[in-house]
Amino acid sequence: MSLSLDDVQRIALLARIAIDPGEEQTVLDGLNRVMELIGEMQAVDTTGIEPMSHALDVTQRLREDVVSEVDQRARYQANAPAVENGLYLVPKVIE
Amino acid sequence: MNWEIVIGIETHAQLAAASKIFSGASTAYGAAPNTQASAVDIALPGVLPVLNKRAVECAIKFGLAVGATINRRSVFARKNYFYPDLPKGYQISQYELPIVKGGSLTILTKQGEKTVRLTRAHLEEDAGKSLHEDFHGMSGIDLNRAGTPLLEIVTEPDVHSAEEAVAYAKALHALVRWIDICDGNMQEGSFRCDANVSVRKPNAPLGTRAEIKNLNSFRFMEQAIQYEVKRQIEILEDGGKLVQETRLYDPDRDETRSMRSKEDAHDYRYFPDPDLLPLEVSEAWIEQVKGSMPELPQARYGKLIAYGLLPDQANQHMSSRESSTFALSAFTGASRNDIPSLSNWITGPLSAKLNEESLEFAQSRVTSEQLRRLVARIDDGTLSRKMAKEVFDAMWSGEGDADAIIEKRGLKQLSDSTAVEKIVDEVLAANAKQVEDYRAGKAKAFNALIGQVMKATKGKANPQQVNEILRRKLSG
Repeated sequence: MSLSLDDVQRIALLARIAIDPGEEQTVLDGLNRVMELIGEMQAVDTTGIEPMSHALDVTQRLREDVVSEVDQRARYQANAPAVENGLYLVPKVIE
Repeated sequence: MNWEIVIGIETHAQLAAASKIFSGASTAYGAAPNTQASAVDIALPGVLPVLNKRAVECAIKFGLAVGATINRRSVFARKNYFYPDLPKGYQISQYELPIVKGGSLTILTKQGEKTVRLTRAHLEEDAGKSLHEDFHGMSGIDLNRAGTPLLEIVTEPDVHSAEEAVAYAKALHALVRWIDICDGNMQEGSFRCDANVSVRKPNAPLGTRAEIKNLNSFRFMEQAIQYEVKRQIEILEDGGKLVQETRLYDPDRDETRSMRSKEDAHDYRYFPDPDLLPLEVSEAWIEQVKGSMPELPQARYGKLIAYGLLPDQANQHMSSRESSTFALSAFTGASRNDIPSLSNWITGPLSAKLNEESLEFAQSRVTSEQLRRLVARIDDGTLSRKMAKEVFDAMWSGEGDADAIIEKRGLKQLSDSTAVEKIVDEVLAANAKQVEDYRAGKAKAFNALIGQVMKATKGKANPQQVNEILRRKLSG
């Protein structure tokens, strides 16, 4: 399966990555090489092998339900471009 | 024309955990903005999520309560989209392998019992909150809610009317509180429903659906679905076409409005979250959770029915686990005749008092045992209904048991028939006019005479007994 320039534009939009029109062909070639690699892996016979959802063959460690964090808002917000009344301010978004 | 309504419901239940699903920040409601948003919740670089055991336990409890399969292995996935109240740029959820698969819930509608099949229930984190009031043309973001543990419960398209949808939502709401996995507070957003609504001709393939959001009360849910069904049918009957979209219910205008159409909707590009390993739930853990579960609503309901209550009556004791516990404890050891009356005392005067003082059944000032003894005193003729209410009020104010109050206040009903007969004779002698009127066929005069006797006994006579004696004497 190979991708088209439309696919590149759509993927870029979904990922919020700006791609110059001049770069699109280079990105497309790069992505198509990745797709080829995936194609090669797909061709391997995996009958009878259970798929893994993680590269490590171990399971999730759990934590007890205990509140262990303290309020560090002032420190976190020292980094933020705009805050008011304890809120982070962002460009207006209404869907 | 005949249309079939098809509804599937998705519910987000906030799980009863003190800390967040992947961090040690508090989930308490109403804190100052961003004071409960830790480095993990605001997605600072280099942090890693660690799963909360209690959240998993809640999901297991739910799965057991609805007879579902608990997947021994489930996987967390990233649901990718961009919104300022989602700092990571993705929500951690479960996609291909949720923790709970299948199961069902029985609901009661006017048409009788019905089973709604569940597709799945999966663990996920909540997003933060965007405030669109005016901050100099900007939006304010509060991330206290980000990372709050949620269980998303999804039904099959088995619901076929607004009434059924509400019955399902209520049954689910009662169940999650019953098994202590969610406080069910809809005002605070702890229990939120979305409805996928479509219509079709009988036996036709499924129609185009609209997802209605913002159903934060049972009443809104009913109104929104009714409105949406009507809207869809009107469009189709006018020869129009529906678009798949998300619609928001506006209770002020009682209508649904389009939020976004599916065309430009997100492609979430789910993939397994490499920060989280697969979740394994052992057989031993499931057994341990099973052992800690309270008796389930269906079993409780069965016990109430076994005491001879009618379905509607039994249901009135099923609003919460505590309510049914109180009723069953009152019925235990009561005489069979007293049970309907006891049931009425619990759903009537007792519930009224509890509501008045915002108390739970467990905090009732009159115990189930005290109430049982009070009703027994009505049954054996000691107390009239009116006197019983006085004794109940006295019990509520802490004056002790029914018998002690009856003794102290001299409230015994006068059932010694010679004493009552004597008073009746006196009343008849003193009210010759009424006696004459009665004999002349005026039924009203009889009630006046009863009233006189009750007055003479200060309300302590048994009205039924007075009635009998009066009738006998007047016909003589």
